[in-house]
Amino acid sequence: MTALLRTEEVHKAYGDSCTLEVEEGSVAGLIGPNGSGKTTLFNVITGYAKADTGEVYLAGQKITNVTPDRVFALGIGRTFQLTRIFASLTVLENMLVASRRGNAAARKRAMEQLEFVGIAGHHAELAGTLSYGQRKLLELAYVLVADPAVILLDEPAGGVNLSLVNHIAERIRELNAAGKTFLIVEHNMEFVMGLCDRVTVLDSGTVVASGPPGIIRTDHRVLNAYLGEDLDPAEDE
Amino acid sequence: MTGTVSRQRAAAGLALVLLAVAAIMFPVVFSSPVITNYAIYALIFIAVVTAWNMFSGFSGYISLGQAVFFGSGAYAVGIAARAWHITGVGVFALLPLAAAVGAVIAVPFGLVALRVRRHTFIVITIAVFFIFQLMAYNFAFTGGSVGVAAPFLPWSPTTFNDRFYYLTLGCAVVAVVIAVLVRRARFGLRLRAIRDDEDRARGLGVRTMRVKLAAFVLSATITGLVGGVWFLYLTQVQPPSGFDPLFDLSLVLMAFLGGLGTISGPIIGALIIEPGQLYLTIKYTNGYLSEILLGALFLAIVIFVPRGIVPTTGEWLRRLRTRGRPAVPPVPAAPDPDPARSGLSGGTT
Repeated sequence: MTALLRTEEVHKAYGDSCTLEVEEGSVAGLIGPNGSGKTTLFNVITGYAKADTGEVYLAGQKITNVTPDRVFALGIGRTFQLTRIFASLTVLENMLVASRRGNAAARKRAMEQLEFVGIAGHHAELAGTLSYGQRKLLELAYVLVADPAVILLDEPAGGVNLSLVNHIAERIRELNAAGKTFLIVEHNMEFVMGLCDRVTVLDSGTVVASGPPGIIRTDHRVLNAYLGEDLDPAEDE
Repeated sequence: MTGTVSRQRAAAGLALVLLAVAAIMFPVVFSSPVITNYAIYALIFIAVVTAWNMFSGFSGYISLGQAVFFGSGAYAVGIAARAWHITGVGVFALLPLAAAVGAVIAVPFGLVALRVRRHTFIVITIAVFFIFQLMAYNFAFTGGSVGVAAPFLPWSPTTFNDRFYYLTLGCAVVAVVIAVLVRRARFGLRLRAIRDDEDRARGLGVRTMRVKLAAFVLSATITGLVGGVWFLYLTQVQPPSGFDPLFDLSLVLMAFLGGLGTISGPIIGALIIEPGQLYLTIKYTNGYLSEILLGALFLAIVIFVPRGIVPTTGEWLRRLRTRGRPAVPPVPAAPDPDPARSGLSGGTT
């Protein structure tokens, strides 16, 4: 497997530098306590924030500090922790904003994506009238319209009910099976551990652990990062 | 459902035809120059506020510098006619120049002003407006405080207003048609996306600066052209009339009264405010009365119809139509093979 998305010693104001790799066709998780820099790293990757130092690569091409529209055009789509939709546009119009064309084919594709996430029935409604969970699905759908190579999801399961969490997880699995690569920030550990091939743990802007979910689950450094105390048995002696 | 849509379309088409007939017949029915003068000013403002709305209403960037293009268009026609010794109806050939001047000014203006976000943008447009007003006062080629006079048009006084009525009607129709096309196009969709969340739009591949600048230039082009027409109608332009701060406040008021970002809203706003303002100015010698009333009207709009007449009326009509019906239509009882999906319509709020 090759790294489709790679950050190399990225540093943004906080802590130390952050290096992580997301392999092509994988579902990678990024976890860490609040304020550990997960969303900031997303912002740096997608061009919403400039890295102080370090580099970001997509398929080996340097994309550090490229503007968000360019990052999207290059093949990275993202959703936000608090959903950001175009409230005064209809659901279908939201989809077409991200579309490269506005013709009938683009509309057809947009409707297909809405069908895929399960909100096609709402296509003519104003996006501002959707429930929070439906907004999450709309965000996922309009990121898919441009067929990005990598999709960054910022807390996709945050604030939604269990059935919808399962529905989102299922959609991610389907997309992943179709070849999409994911990097997911999430606090819902069950969601992350059940979905991701590899999990990276961030604390104060630094990667403290990285590996398969089974190993990360029992890594004492992860507990340290989350609980804020050193549980290393060696130090207890 | 399809039948209802067809009926609505037929009704809209019929209303448009009736409106067109009424607009064409207006000077025939109301031949008084006093009345046609009101109509000409209303049409001038319909054209300009529609152009203003095409940028500010769609994108959410409120400009208080539209008079820069209006005044520059007026001055461009006057200065060019004087410099090239153009007289008579030949001056109408200079109207494309007025539009071009508006566009040319809008490019550097936009490149600077659109680098900042909404509130700061408003301040910059005001600053640029005053720079242009001061230039008009102080440059020799603008005629200083005396301004520039238009060449004499060899038209009979009895038909003078009628001709300008149809000219301004043409400008208003063109502006509205362009606005409708922009709103329906992907370009308009992207402008409206910028209004809702500019950063999100950028993250979905929208080159926001390019889109905003294109709309700003298009808006300025139409405004410059109409400024040229206004100058030929008024036969003169001076710094306080060409670059009038009340001009921009009136545009904002018209758009907010009718409905910012809609097509018909600013038109309705212009039809209400411009004749009213003109009437008060002519009727009462106290020149400030119309300004005081404008301010009061603005406050009333903000308090009672903050979204404007068109969106608020639309909302009332929707409520009337759906009264007694459930807020959320019932979900069809067809079985869903995916249990996860069945939770979608439910309480995810």
